[in-house]
Amino acid sequence: MQVTLKILRFDPEKDKKAHFKSYEIEADPLDRILDALNTVKWYKDGTLTFRRSCAHGVCGSDAMRINGRNRLACKELVGDIGKKITIEPMLGFRILKDLVVDMEPFFEKYRSIKPYLINYEDPPATERFQSAEDREIFDETTKCILCGACSGSCPPFWSNSEFIGPAAIVNAHRFIFDSRDQGSDERIAVLSQSEGVFRCRTVYNCTDACPREIPVTKAIEQIKRVMLYNR
Amino acid sequence: MYHKYDAVVVGAGGAGLMAALQLVGKANVAVITKLYPSRSHTGAAQGGICAALGNTEEDHWEWHMFDTVKGGDYLTDQDAAEVLARDAVERIIELEHMGLPFNRTPEGKIDQRRFGGHTRNYGEGPVRRACYAADRTGHMILQTLYQQGIKNKVTFFNEFHLMDLIINNGRCVGVTALDIKTGELHTFHSKTTIFATGGYGRCWQVTSNAHACSGDGTVTAYRAGVPLMDMEMYQFHPTGLYRIGILLSEAARGEGGILRNSEGERFCERYAPTLKDLAPRDMVSRFIYQEIREGRGVGPNKDYVLLHVDHLGKEVIDSKLPDITDFARTYLHVEPYHEGVPIQPTAHYAMGGIPTDIEGRVIIDEKGTVLPGFYAAGEVACVSVHGANRLGTNSLVDLVVFGRRAGQHAARFIKENDYEELPTTPEKRSNDLLRFVEGGAQSGRKESAATIRKEMQECMMTNVSVVRNEKQLLTAMKKLQELRERFTKVGLTDNSTKFNTEKLEVLELGSLLEMAEVTTKGALERKESRGAHYREDYTSRDDKKFLAHTLAYRSPEGSVKELRYKPVTLGRFEPKERKY
Repeated sequence: MQVTLKILRFDPEKDKKAHFKSYEIEADPLDRILDALNTVKWYKDGTLTFRRSCAHGVCGSDAMRINGRNRLACKELVGDIGKKITIEPMLGFRILKDLVVDMEPFFEKYRSIKPYLINYEDPPATERFQSAEDREIFDETTKCILCGACSGSCPPFWSNSEFIGPAAIVNAHRFIFDSRDQGSDERIAVLSQSEGVFRCRTVYNCTDACPREIPVTKAIEQIKRVMLYNR
Repeated sequence: MYHKYDAVVVGAGGAGLMAALQLVGKANVAVITKLYPSRSHTGAAQGGICAALGNTEEDHWEWHMFDTVKGGDYLTDQDAAEVLARDAVERIIELEHMGLPFNRTPEGKIDQRRFGGHTRNYGEGPVRRACYAADRTGHMILQTLYQQGIKNKVTFFNEFHLMDLIINNGRCVGVTALDIKTGELHTFHSKTTIFATGGYGRCWQVTSNAHACSGDGTVTAYRAGVPLMDMEMYQFHPTGLYRIGILLSEAARGEGGILRNSEGERFCERYAPTLKDLAPRDMVSRFIYQEIREGRGVGPNKDYVLLHVDHLGKEVIDSKLPDITDFARTYLHVEPYHEGVPIQPTAHYAMGGIPTDIEGRVIIDEKGTVLPGFYAAGEVACVSVHGANRLGTNSLVDLVVFGRRAGQHAARFIKENDYEELPTTPEKRSNDLLRFVEGGAQSGRKESAATIRKEMQECMMTNVSVVRNEKQLLTAMKKLQELRERFTKVGLTDNSTKFNTEKLEVLELGSLLEMAEVTTKGALERKESRGAHYREDYTSRDDKKFLAHTLAYRSPEGSVKELRYKPVTLGRFEPKERKY
């Protein structure tokens, strides 16, 4: 099928402002958007710049705005999106070049919630036991691939660069609800600050954007509830 | 820019992170990665990580070792296989302590499931040995190790592309790397350098590998004079999604999934009566190839077979195999609850790579001479623990076991040794290479990197895949030579310095072309069939001539200069015919 890709371009060495450029390409309906971007890069315009790696939705490199919604380019098929495809970098992030955005502040927020198991007791000689039910409670939030699609779709995140954002909260959830973890207080101390979890306005964009189908808003609500009951 | 670190780890997947974690606190360590750590290809591993914990049924590390040796068709070095199987148990416990969310048994222990080639009591039948976190075990290992890296304040250089390995006075003294964001070349002067850069599956058209898997570490070591070992041993995973190669884990068959041909027959039964669909990967890939060749493939072109999990029921699929069934829905619009998923063998894993001993130290000849200060672990390395065919899950075991050992040995080396000086022009080769690539903007440089890459991938898929013969291998050698000549005239349209991914792709293509040639040359000269290397013109294993590792050395012009052979380390298991 004949497809028109309208892509927001920005070259920091030449451009003052980002601008759209369109490309007509031939694509198979089962091609990924990433394949379409590669077709442009490889055969039409070598300067087009985007991140990519695994090409099947597990590494999180190619989150971008596709027809107005944050998606992984490697998880959307051309046939499902349509003949006119508009691609932009995610909102709420500084553009470095074309579709490449600055992920450093995002990872800094991730690190701020102490995304690692905290347990002050000496571990046993065997594994720490955990019931299958306890393991199930935080299953969804272990799926996060740190692509940024949720944070980049969040209106409070767009308007407030200090807001910690849904991705960091999801990763806090992954540990707060892990029966082996003893670091909830430390994480909640971070999340209860003014730029923490209560900036969330339950818009649900994050839940729609998550390519891993994590119920992000639900996870955020569960954390809010823990914080209210712990007060 | 100049940096000085006791240890430089290149690659932030499972092996690199595990190595770095051994060094933090004891030495100053930097990890260089061309992605972000959490994007590394370890995260794509699905099914599980084996260790003889015996949580659900009797198991022993000796059985795991035996399976690994037999699975590798006896090309496995048995000292390494012993280390792998023994250490695996402790490493799994360590990962759990780090927070890895394994699936659990009803008593709360780590749950275990079946996997291809893993057996009880030396081959009697399948055993539950694979510890897992749904079908995203690799994702959880990568996340957990990255989290530990954050906890321990490891220094990461994200989005840095490895350019060169620096050797001076017989010692490895560091690397150069390109900062992708700025285009600036950095020199990392170090006492120890650990390569954990992964594989090179992008040589093939249909592959489970990420775009990033371009053999950067392998080629860099090779260009610096290190030989590469057993490169012809390249694994095709039997169940890649039709045409695109995305992996559908062996866990699907471990949980009871089966393969069927166009007649609806469960054909694996005919070839491997005991293990059936859970025979090792090299074999199942050949069964599929044979079915397709004999006209029992499915579809209009009869060029795939079907993986069925529909009989397992929705609950098992959703709890044990959610991600891979989602791949079938997303990419092929096939619903695994009700129908078979079209699959074909997909280029998956390099058993070969940079030769190392069981401490992760890189060796440079058939006598085992060490290149001091240089280590390798994970897919880039060849210990050789996988021999001629890796068993499912053993790649993840390899990462944590040998990544850790490399890190631990490097820590000792750092304590006992001072810095060796850098050579006078450490950046020369890197600058030459960059100048060559950047010269692509000149007139007369009109060859397209994308076209060369495509032709290479098609050539490798047709001629150097599951079944090989001399004629096809010679065809491939000739084609690769032609492509390399065309590559000297490769063009470049992007002249920018910041985030120039076109330049990166040219650099990666240069690596892939060399990896393709070494693989093909090794395959051409190994006139026998063993593990993943199947020659239809030499169908049996020849232990007299080829119970040996291939070592490939590079000529200054970039082609294979010579092949040497290094004896296999045998041990408690005598080579026998491999039947399942």
